[in-house]
Amino acid sequence: MDGSEVRDWRAEGKANGIPAPIAMLAELTHRCPLSCPYCSNPVELAQKSLELDTSDWVRVFQQAAELGVLQLHLSGGEPAARRDLVDLVKAARDAGLYTNLITSGIGLTERRLQELDMAGLDHIQLSLQGTDADMADRIGGYKGGFQRKMQVAAWIKDIGFPLTLNAVVHRQNLHQLPRAIEMALEMNARRIEVAIVQFHGWAMSNRDALMPTKEQAQEASRVVAEARDRLKGQLVLDYVPADYHADYPKRCMGGWGTTGLNVAPDGEVLPCHAAQTIKSLKFDNVRNKSLSEIWYRGSAFNAYRGDDWMQEPCRSCDRKKLDFGGCRCQAMALAGDPNATDPVCVKSPLHAELQKRAVAFSHHDNAELTYRQQPPA
Amino acid sequence: MTDGLSPDVIPVIPRGVRLHWDHVREKWVLLAPERAVALDPIGHAIMTEIDGARSFGTITTALADKYGAPHEQVAADAGEFLRGLMNRRILEVA
Ligand code: SF4
Ligand code: SF4
Repeated sequence: MDGSEVRDWRAEGKANGIPAPIAMLAELTHRCPLSCPYCSNPVELAQKSLELDTSDWVRVFQQAAELGVLQLHLSGGEPAARRDLVDLVKAARDAGLYTNLITSGIGLTERRLQELDMAGLDHIQLSLQGTDADMADRIGGYKGGFQRKMQVAAWIKDIGFPLTLNAVVHRQNLHQLPRAIEMALEMNARRIEVAIVQFHGWAMSNRDALMPTKEQAQEASRVVAEARDRLKGQLVLDYVPADYHADYPKRCMGGWGTTGLNVAPDGEVLPCHAAQTIKSLKFDNVRNKSLSEIWYRGSAFNAYRGDDWMQEPCRSCDRKKLDFGGCRCQAMALAGDPNATDPVCVKSPLHAELQKRAVAFSHHDNAELTYRQQPPA
Repeated sequence: MTDGLSPDVIPVIPRGVRLHWDHVREKWVLLAPERAVALDPIGHAIMTEIDGARSFGTITTALADKYGAPHEQVAADAGEFLRGLMNRRILEVA
């Protein structure tokens, strides 16, 4: 693909009011040594033999930069499970992308981190399943994982990589949130992302084990607000509050097909990580189309752009430019219709029932965790 | 601390933050963890003066000279801008 072709797509996009994307999430693999019960990977995992190879990814990174992507998130599964990770980071940097590695830390040795440093890696996001080995290893389903993660955190600090700690919290570990914030400071992290688990993918089968109580959700908001105030200029806190207990839905990214895109391990390009749950959507693949063509012309991207697709009550709601009607994948999962109002919204006819169910889920004290599985070879 | 910056501090662009010419949107951006901050010409002028060695006072004097603007105004505006970046951990001071 030459430069002029990209510019043509962009002109066409501009004429149709479609902005260029800012961020791309590259799911390098669905393989992962951990098996967190809230993994956002699809329940049907992409098999290893179908993963894009190094040269495919390098081409995709170059196309992403030409398309206007600024930030690249290398994710998975566990991206460190890719042997070519260092080469991929280097290629991403050469393409001019800001390169962020989202990792559990497992699979990163000191040597490999040094190589990533040399390759120009800009930033690391380290996930945290719990603040002690008991909790973290049980939630991650991987014995010894916590200890290795702490070792990796120490190497990251030595090398001086900018770090964000990603704490996913839920009913079983929400009481550890204050300690997670302390740990971020000890690790010299500049940011912590506190995300109350969102119910997509594998988490859907764990709603009774993971749903926070309403009181916990409120306490988490209080802890975050207090820490933001106290640690201003020292630690940035980004927060994803509990969804089912809220009155308005989360805004769908920056709006479907306006800000970001995902490339799955096998090259399918998705408007969001959960989009494959909407069976009516058809996804293009980077193996046979350019990223620009997919972004501007792809039917999955155009499906929920703008608001022509909206039904009532969203259609005439004055919040529709704020939240875009909430999450399409959640509308699919909970209302059975991807065009419906996200049932988290008070204006949805399903809202009251959902809140009742959320309370019920949050009181299933003995619910067992269903762990994520491994993709087929 | 107030909203501004003291003239003696030395602003430093930390590791993981860099200036980038966005060829698609045709403007300068500051790339940082999970953030892309679009810079207007003034923001860009301030950022390019930061070299990790000169003090904030030296920088604002240079900017005031260069653009023929009153020094106090430049120091107030640049101080507020940089303080905002510091609160987001996009800038450090030595
Ligand atoms: S549709 Fe839902 S899961 Fe997908 S990006 Fe929007 S909010 Fe997120
Ligand atoms: S009715 Fe639709 S647009 Fe309005 S607040 Fe609810 S989800 Fe958002």
